[in-house]
Amino acid sequence: MDLSLDPTTTWIVLAAALATFATRIGGYVLIARFKTIPPRLEAALNAVPAAVLTTLFAPAFFTGGLDVKLAMAVGLLVSLRYPGIIGIAAGWAMAMVARHLLGL
Amino acid sequence: MNRGEIAEGLRGGMLMSLSTSPFAILFGALAVDNGISVAEAALMSTTIYAGASQLVGIELFGSQVAAWLIVFSIFAVNFRHLLYSAAVSRLIPHFTPGQKILAFFLLIDPQFAEVARRADAGKTITFGWYLAFALAIYVPWIIFSVVGAAFGSLIGDPQVWAIDVLLPVYFLGITAGFRRKPGFYPVAATAFIVSIAAYFLVGSPWHVSIGAAFGVLVGALLPLPPPDAAKPAEAGH
Repeated sequence: MDLSLDPTTTWIVLAAALATFATRIGGYVLIARFKTIPPRLEAALNAVPAAVLTTLFAPAFFTGGLDVKLAMAVGLLVSLRYPGIIGIAAGWAMAMVARHLLGL
Repeated sequence: MNRGEIAEGLRGGMLMSLSTSPFAILFGALAVDNGISVAEAALMSTTIYAGASQLVGIELFGSQVAAWLIVFSIFAVNFRHLLYSAAVSRLIPHFTPGQKILAFFLLIDPQFAEVARRADAGKTITFGWYLAFALAIYVPWIIFSVVGAAFGSLIGDPQVWAIDVLLPVYFLGITAGFRRKPGFYPVAATAFIVSIAAYFLVGSPWHVSIGAAFGVLVGALLPLPPPDAAKPAEAGH
C-alpha cells in the first residue's frame, strides 16, 4: 500500500475540501441574511429537491441503454408503493436480469 | 438526544451506504490507476467527501492542469450543495452553531434527499438522527475508498454487477417521492429536459448546476400556492 502524501497533491486536496465546504455552508450563510424569507425565495427553495435530484438521474436515463431504462422504470414503479431500498433492489435486480439473462 | 432517533438514523444510513460504498471502491480503484496514493485517496474521501467531484479531481491530477483549475473544477461540480444548504437551513434552526457546521460538512446528495423527505413527512430533523444517518455513510465511504485503492484492480467492470444503476434508480425513486408537492411536475420536467440538453451541449458535470438552476427558477416563477397549502410542508418545525 502506498501511504505517501505528496505535498502539492495534499495542498490541492485541502483547498478543494475548503471549496466544497464553502458550497455546503454557503446557502445557509446567504439565507441567514434574510430576517423573513420572501415568498418567491421560499418557492425557489421548495423547488430545490425536485430540481437538483432530477438532474442526478436524467442523463443516466436518457443516455442509458434499454437495460438502464428498464431498471429505472422498475425501480420507480416499485418505489411508488414500497420503501426506497426495495425500489433500489428491484431496479438492481432488473438490471442484472436485463444484462445477464436477456442479453441487453 | 433520543436513542430511537439515533437508531433510526444509523439504520437508514447503513442501508444508504450499500448504494454509496461501491462508488467509494470505484473511486479508490480509479485513484490508484491515476497515480494517486492510498493515503491521498483516503484524504480526499475524508476532507472533500463528494463522490462525483472526487472523480473529477483524480481525472485532473493525472493531467497537467493548473492547481487552481483543479480546485475550481471541484468547486463547480459541488456548486449544487449551495442549494442544499439554503433549503436545509430552514429545517435545522434548532441546531447549535457547532452542530450546524458539522451538519453542513456532511450534507451530501443522499443526506439532503433524506432530510428533505423526512421534513416533508412532517418530522422534526433532530441532530441525533441527522448525525447518525450521516456517519453511517461517511465512515464506510472512507473505509471503502481505502479498500478500493488497495484491492481495486480485483473488482473488474462495475457494469457486470449493475453497480452503475444503483444511484440513478435511487435518485429517481426519491425524486418521485416529492410528486405531490406544489409545482413538482413543471420543476422536475424543466430540470429533466435542461439537464439532458446541458449534458450534451456543455458536458458533465455542468448539467447538474444548469438543470437545477432552471428548475429552481421555474419553481420561483410559478403562481404562488395559497398560504394554507404551504403549511403542511412546515409542520414539525
